[in-house]
Amino acid sequence: MSFEITRFPLIKSLLKNRWSQLLVWFVMLVGFLWAIMSGFAGTPVGNRNFGIVFVWIAWWAVLILVAVPFFGRGWCAVCPIPLPGEWIQRGAILEPPAKKPRWLNLRWPNKLRNIWLQNLIFTLVALFSSVILTTPKVTAIVLAAMFFLAIGMSMIFERRTFCRYICPVSGFIGLYAQAAPFELRVKDKKVCLSCNDKPCYNGTSTLLQVQGDARINEGSQAGYGCPWDVFPGGLTKNTYCGLCMECLRTCPYDNIAVNTRPFSADLAKPSTRMDEAFKAFIMLGAAMIYCGVFLGPWGNLKLAAYSAGTLPWIEYTAVFLVFLFGLLPVLFLGAVWIGKTLAKAAITLKKSFIAFATALVPLGLMFWIAFSLSFVMTNVAYILSSLSDPFGWGWNLFGTASLAWQPFLTTHLLPIQMLVLVGGLLWAGRTAQKAGAEIKISPVPVIVFSTLATLAMLGLLL
Amino acid sequence: MFRKQWFIGFLVILAGAVIVFAPLPVHAALPTHRTFRVEASQFAYDPGVLDVNPGDTVTIELVSMDVVHGLYLDGYGVSVTADPGQTAQLTFTADKTGSFRFRCNVTCGALHPFMIGKIQVGRNTWVWRGIALTVLGALAILILHPNLPKAKAV
Repeated sequence: MSFEITRFPLIKSLLKNRWSQLLVWFVMLVGFLWAIMSGFAGTPVGNRNFGIVFVWIAWWAVLILVAVPFFGRGWCAVCPIPLPGEWIQRGAILEPPAKKPRWLNLRWPNKLRNIWLQNLIFTLVALFSSVILTTPKVTAIVLAAMFFLAIGMSMIFERRTFCRYICPVSGFIGLYAQAAPFELRVKDKKVCLSCNDKPCYNGTSTLLQVQGDARINEGSQAGYGCPWDVFPGGLTKNTYCGLCMECLRTCPYDNIAVNTRPFSADLAKPSTRMDEAFKAFIMLGAAMIYCGVFLGPWGNLKLAAYSAGTLPWIEYTAVFLVFLFGLLPVLFLGAVWIGKTLAKAAITLKKSFIAFATALVPLGLMFWIAFSLSFVMTNVAYILSSLSDPFGWGWNLFGTASLAWQPFLTTHLLPIQMLVLVGGLLWAGRTAQKAGAEIKISPVPVIVFSTLATLAMLGLLL
Repeated sequence: MFRKQWFIGFLVILAGAVIVFAPLPVHAALPTHRTFRVEASQFAYDPGVLDVNPGDTVTIELVSMDVVHGLYLDGYGVSVTADPGQTAQLTFTADKTGSFRFRCNVTCGALHPFMIGKIQVGRNTWVWRGIALTVLGALAILILHPNLPKAKAV
């Protein structure tokens, strides 16, 4: 069912070419630094500031409506945040240098080799999201903090430790990347097993020359070991592959392929990790709460979410945390327990809980798409005006600075959102059925849970 | 078996199309003139939800309680702006049924893009269609793929 797109020489050479990647990175890096600058130096009016408009409207729209659903970690492949740190760590921008710089290159502690930290950081960001999303200076501080933290971590830890274990965006992109119809995989696992040097993981500063090995691909290049600390030969899902294409360059046997595939391919095999299961709950719950806060008519709720540090905010925080880490998981656990009891299954409740949480991946993704459609479509008009006047200083670079605000396609939003949510439910239901078939437990209670969550979302959005 | 599944699938799609497109009975009430006093303050309208009947002539008296606020009505494309402490009027005929958001269209502070209210003209049919479609969707999953695991002897 999958189709290898790297079989086309043009696509393959574009993906392998460091210069084409560098060009995209450069554009992204300039835009990112521009967003930080406008946040610090530009107008404090959010909807007139390039930083706010481009990060939280333009970038977010591209990320959640296109990049994640269709390309999985496609954004991570062009993300500018880890670049300077990575260049410093490598001592080079393009090919590996003859002499490696001597940084600490420590391994990330074993106990933290999971996404709990990302869950925690995302939750913290989510709690302050009303402030971050609307206040240019705070957005700039958050972006700059991520940027410098990524640089600092590159000098202490090996590879892209920041992306893999800290970045709050990376966590949910990885979760939802499992649903995307796009993957990087090896063509033949046996080839990887017989490969001694494993340059895809270890890197190689020179072209690999194995005398007498007829399989050697002359197109392979010198390159770095997987920045995401993944051995491509063991890849079974998209979660931790950053699509950086290093392994495509370095594989001496031309054994790496970039494929299109059916949606949801990775979700056929249920999750086995509690940190990933909780990521699904955090994302699902956050989408529901955001709908109430940002799209609802309740002014007090908006003010409570915005007034960080005040008593109403503390109450909001309590509700937020109880909903994400208490109510949703407990209700879900109840549903799983009913299914397990009915099936008299031998599998533990914990394992079944984690396995069924896989169904929340498509459900949550579609919740986020439905939610994002609302605020992206209503605020998309700010993009052109802030492009002309990024700092709100009265510039008019492209003649669009004074374009009047106008919502876009809002009259068609309700039916579109309804279809997105129902589509998410169907997708989640099928995923629950597949998980249920694997662990021999009835998925019906989980489908009922997903149905109730969808109805709640419908109520909030429509 | 395969044919049966296709047939059921076709029926589900047909039922879905009926739910989405079928005209629903309209609540026939004589059009009247309704006036609402809506107080706008950072970052909400009070009342935040207005209910009117199709055909009603609606007047919104927008009172700004703090800074300059606006009110733009989605779907109708009409708007009004009120200065602090002042009242501004907006009158229109509610000739489109459904649920429409109204939003502040004058930058009024940090949460300005999220200052939102709702006007319901007649019944919000999308909610009912959405509920029906959701239930149909849930049932369809179970009917089309009834691969429930058999109970395992302990």
